[in-house]
Amino acid sequence: MATAAAHETDRTAAYGTDDGATDAYERAFDAAVAADERIEPRDWMPDAYRATLVRQIAQHAHSEIIGMQPEANWITRAPSLRRKAILMAKVQDEAGHGLYLYSAAETLGTSREELLDKLHSGRQKYSSIFNYPTLTWADVGAIGWLVDGAAITNQVPLCRCSYGPYARAMVRICKEESFHQRQGYELLLALSRGTPEQHAMAQDAVDRWWWPSLMMFGPPDDESQHSAQSMAWKIKRHSNDELRQRFVDICVPQAESLGLTLPDPDLRWNEERGHHDFGPIDWTEFWEVLKGNGPCNEQRITQRRQAHDEGAWVREAAAAHAAKRAARGPLTTETTGATRA
Amino acid sequence: MTTTVPTTAALALGDDALVLSHRLGEWAGRAPVLEEEVALANIALDLLGQARVLLSLAGDEDELAYLREERAFRNLQLVEQPNGDFAHTIARQLFFSTYQHLLYARLAAGDGPFAPLAAKAVKEVAYHRDHAEQWTVRLGDGTEVSHERMQRACAALWRYTGEMFQPVEGLDVEGEKLRADWLESVGDVLRRATLTLPEGPQSGAWTAGAGRQGLHTEPFGRMLAEMQHLHRSHPGATW
Amino acid sequence: MTNTDWPLWEVFVRSRRGLSHTHAGSLHAPDAEFALRNARDLYTRRGEGVSIWVVPSSAITASSPDEKDPFFEPSADKPYRHPTFYEIPEGVKHL
Repeated sequence: MATAAAHETDRTAAYGTDDGATDAYERAFDAAVAADERIEPRDWMPDAYRATLVRQIAQHAHSEIIGMQPEANWITRAPSLRRKAILMAKVQDEAGHGLYLYSAAETLGTSREELLDKLHSGRQKYSSIFNYPTLTWADVGAIGWLVDGAAITNQVPLCRCSYGPYARAMVRICKEESFHQRQGYELLLALSRGTPEQHAMAQDAVDRWWWPSLMMFGPPDDESQHSAQSMAWKIKRHSNDELRQRFVDICVPQAESLGLTLPDPDLRWNEERGHHDFGPIDWTEFWEVLKGNGPCNEQRITQRRQAHDEGAWVREAAAAHAAKRAARGPLTTETTGATRA
Repeated sequence: MTTTVPTTAALALGDDALVLSHRLGEWAGRAPVLEEEVALANIALDLLGQARVLLSLAGDEDELAYLREERAFRNLQLVEQPNGDFAHTIARQLFFSTYQHLLYARLAAGDGPFAPLAAKAVKEVAYHRDHAEQWTVRLGDGTEVSHERMQRACAALWRYTGEMFQPVEGLDVEGEKLRADWLESVGDVLRRATLTLPEGPQSGAWTAGAGRQGLHTEPFGRMLAEMQHLHRSHPGATW
Repeated sequence: MTNTDWPLWEVFVRSRRGLSHTHAGSLHAPDAEFALRNARDLYTRRGEGVSIWVVPSSAITASSPDEKDPFFEPSADKPYRHPTFYEIPEGVKHL
């Protein structure tokens, strides 16, 4: 298995099967979490904590790489060279973020190959938002503003997540993501202030992306199966509804500045709560898309699998070449061309 | 500006970079491994950056990219060839980046109008060339399947390589010397990759010309249709 | 390891001259050269580094959490290793 020695936990050797020892480790773990210390790869952790993290980090990583598709859909049609460069850089970042996250997951003893296999066979999920299509250029803007905006709202608290490698990956990702949201906003602003056709294109995109973006925060708190435990472990810091409300409050004035309308007749400021009220979310749609009945579920996973399968001979070739070279003996700098540290 | 920029040359080099960048952009979300997504995008972004500088020397970058007809594009036919499998993409990268690196090194060393641009670009292109060479060696000397695919890709693209050494108005480069250096370098990489230098002619038997004269191959029309469609659907709009 | 599964490498980046290399993350690559190039593309694409080391993850030997106490606690009771241990009369400079 491709786990690093630096990450590996030889659990039976280190801890034995002695219940007393495990109890002591559990107390140490709980105390570390309570004191807001970070848990690091080789520390003892409860199995369920490890499983929750693997599931969450994997889903996050999968979302990054599946999320490349709806935007890559517009790279070849970007309407100006400036926009094209921005979009390419953004989609590239997503591949990079996927890599950071798979690395974080690997510190928990699960290889990337294993995780990809689970994605390809449908045993692990990615964010449902990417099962919606990008029908116009404005969708690229709506994804940047709303989808990345929602993602950032979710992710900023994860920079303080109790698991060190995940928190560190998130710090890096959040730093890079801030450009994503701004470019989306700027793109929509240009459209909104452009020709009537461009303005209509922008409004249409916001109409289609608004509700799915709100669903990105997950089911309401009383229906969310993993939330309570994740909060206790400080993997999660705020509840789904809390973050969703925060996002709505942020978006309302931003939409105004854009000159675009959010498609919710019930959206209004509630003086008493100090927040915006908003209309009911169609959770049937959410669960259906999650189950696989969204407009693009099949398409996204098929393309992913296809890329992986079609790339197999390339990965094999490189591995075979490395094996041949290893068999031939040590490399000289001349053949490696490697630069000196 | 003290020196006038030869428009023909700016378009030739700019279109090469623009079109190849576009082709590499088509890989997004489809690369054989995640690390390669990042690598291909880096190369595509470098090329797009070069294209924007070069086209801006000849006019407005977006007008030139989006509003010219196929016949007005001056890129090599090599760079417009479809991605094919990864071996085709790598063969195309090897052939082009070796040429571009040799050419830009010459331009950077001179005092012509392209010297400043070439001085910056030559570093980027050195990396593209290295990337292509590394992959050529691994695919050529990898498995039986990869060896065969790589050999086939080199053969398929060979006929588009002769065009690179045609004289371009405004570029003071000795074509035959460039060809010799290119052949030596590519030959060396292919040898290290246990591949053979293709034997066929380096250009198609069509005296009408090739990309530098505005004559392109069938896939290019479709590529442009896709690239220009949105921009052309909204005349005069800003993005 | 299956035949398509590339090994894992740890990446260390020197962010600028005068600083040590610090661990940036990991990646997969078939060999050292590609590990170096992938690291360059992935961890320094915003100009975050001037030098990179890559090390096969399997080559790293780490202290185990079990060793934590005997490994690190003895150093905690040697305060005389730290400059703040010493009281210096006020007004004495350059010390």
